[in-house]
This record gives sequence, structure tokens and C-alpha cells, in this order.
Amino acid sequence: MSFLPFAVAAWLFVIGLYGIVSSKNLVSTIISLTVVQSSTYVVLLGVGYVNAGKGAIFADITQVSKAVDPVVQVLVLTDIVIEATVTGLLLAMAVQAHKRFGSLDPNDLRALRD
Amino acid sequence: MSRRGRLSLFAVAGGGLAAVLVIGFTGLPNFGDYHGVYGRVIDGIGVTLRHGTDLITLLNFDVRAFDTLGEEFILFASVLGIVLILRELRGERQEPQREEAEEHSLGGASSVLRALALILVPGLVAVGVYIVVHGQITPGGGFQGGVILATAPLGAFLAGRYLRMKAIAPHLVIEFGEVLGAVGYALLGLSGLVFAGIFLKNYIPLGISGHLLSGGQLDVASVFVGLEVSGAFLIAWTQFLDQAMLLKGDRQ
Repeated sequence: MSFLPFAVAAWLFVIGLYGIVSSKNLVSTIISLTVVQSSTYVVLLGVGYVNAGKGAIFADITQVSKAVDPVVQVLVLTDIVIEATVTGLLLAMAVQAHKRFGSLDPNDLRALRD
Repeated sequence: MSRRGRLSLFAVAGGGLAAVLVIGFTGLPNFGDYHGVYGRVIDGIGVTLRHGTDLITLLNFDVRAFDTLGEEFILFASVLGIVLILRELRGERQEPQREEAEEHSLGGASSVLRALALILVPGLVAVGVYIVVHGQITPGGGFQGGVILATAPLGAFLAGRYLRMKAIAPHLVIEFGEVLGAVGYALLGLSGLVFAGIFLKNYIPLGISGHLLSGGQLDVASVFVGLEVSGAFLIAWTQFLDQAMLLKGDRQ
């Protein structure tokens, strides 16, 4: 079962997509998008894992210790920042959509329906 | 499109995705069977090269420092976007003296909880600063510590005083912090161009690995990014809280 972490990522991706498609509330749509995005963290960390490798912090392990790939971990950090910005912008749009249409149901967004 | 239409389209697309995933999974290398080169090289020489022991911070603020500049400005631009989207629209106005805003209380919050929330504030500031300045030694750095710093004024909000929170962190100060963080990081890069000949190249003495003042520009970049991130998050949060606590108007 050595592919299990990647299977978890795929599951997160699909379940998040299902959440986006089936949600009746824009906030739930946005949260589902963060679930989709969190699958990329699992993929990146899974790609960089080395068997029996330690975290790439050499503060209390010797410098020749076997360690995991720090590059993908930096990419995860970037990913998290982007997720925060995207979520913030989408939530701001949801606030304004609620003001304009009086509802957070995606089906009530008239501009999208026409 | 109706909900049923969306779901059936998703079912069709999901079938295709499942097929692609099955093909992909059959060709995957084993988990933990790592073949990359870049990560190994950094693991091997990073500490010797830059005297920082946290390789994630080291990559973020030295090896990939140019990417971090872009990342920082993505955050900056998106906060501008949030401010723009949540501006006061026609028919809306801010009512700074609204009673709920001054003395709002979270459902079921006792006075003990409110006092504890206030006691949290200095603790959060201390933890935030610690995480920012120790980024080059242990897990942490500007992004992580910046978010913790930004949560500190929220303690005042949890204690039931939104306007007091705005007094602790006035808009002008956090905006200035954010701009200082963004500009400071860019200036750090330019000073690298002046003193070392390459944009964002380290020219600050490296110090001894594991000491607080080590890693050259890692600490400096961390502090600038911490300012930028805490400012950006605070601006975003106060925008959302303003919507909920202060804005009043005739909605369509």
C-alpha cells in the first residue's frame, strides 16, 4: 500500500470537487475549494518523503542525517499563502453577492443564471 | 445550471478522472522512494552554505528568495483586492458609535473568558515575535509568525470589544506595517544588488549556526515578511469585521 498517501490526496481532491458542485451555500463552496487545495499539500509532501528521513531542520540532528526534501515543503508554504489569499478574495465576493442578491445560494445568483 | 445538471456533469467528468487516476497510480514510484536531486543537495550543503539550520526558511528567504518576493506581493495585491471589493457601497455608511460594535458579546461568553482573551494578547505577541526571529533555527519564520502576530489584536475582539481592537491596531499603523514589510523586502533585494552584485544575494555576515543572529539575510527577510503578513491579515480581517459590525445601509 505504498501509494496510500497519494490515494488520500486524490480522495481529498474528488471530495472537494463534489463539495463545490453540490453546495447550496457559497461559503460551503469556498471551504470545499480549500479542501481541493489541501490535496496538493499531501501530494507535495508525499513526493518529497524519503524512507526513514527526518524533518529538514538540522537544529538538533546531525548534519549528515537522512532528511526529507525541503524544497517541496517550501512549495507547500507558498501554496498555503496562496490558499489564504484566494479564500479571502472569494469570501469578500460572497459578502457582496449576499448584499446584492440577498442569498448565498449559488442558484440565486441572477447574473450567473442568465 | 440546475443542481441536478451540475451533479450529472460531475458524475461524467468524475468517471474520466477516475480512469486517469487508475492509470496514474499504476505507474507511481513507491512512497518514500525519493529520486530528486535538488532536495538532497540542499540537505547536504545548506547548513554549511548559509549557517541556517531550518532549511525551509533557508530556501524561502535565500535560495528561493526571489519567489518569496513574488509571493509577498501576491498577498499584498489580494489584500488590496479585498479592500476594493468590501469598500463602502452606495447607500452604506459606517456607524462608528454603534453600540453593538463597542460592546458586542459572543454567545455565552463569561467575564472570565473575556478576561482570559485579553490576557492572551501579550502572550500571542511574544510567541509571534519568537517564531519570526527564530525562523532560521527552528520551524517558523516570517509567514508563520506574522499570522500569529496578526491574531493578537483578535484577543480584544474575542473579549467583546471590537472598537477597542481597532484602537489597539489602528488602520494607519497596520497599513504602514504592511507597506514597510513589502518595501523593506524589496529594498533588501536591491541592497544585495548594490553590495553583492546580485539581486537578493546575501551580503550580511553569516554568524554561527544555531545562534539567534545567524544565517545572514534570513532574519532580516523574516522580520520584513512578518510585518507584511501580519499587516495584510489584519487589514483583511478588519475589512470583514467592519462589514459585520459597523456597516449599515439599505440593502437591495
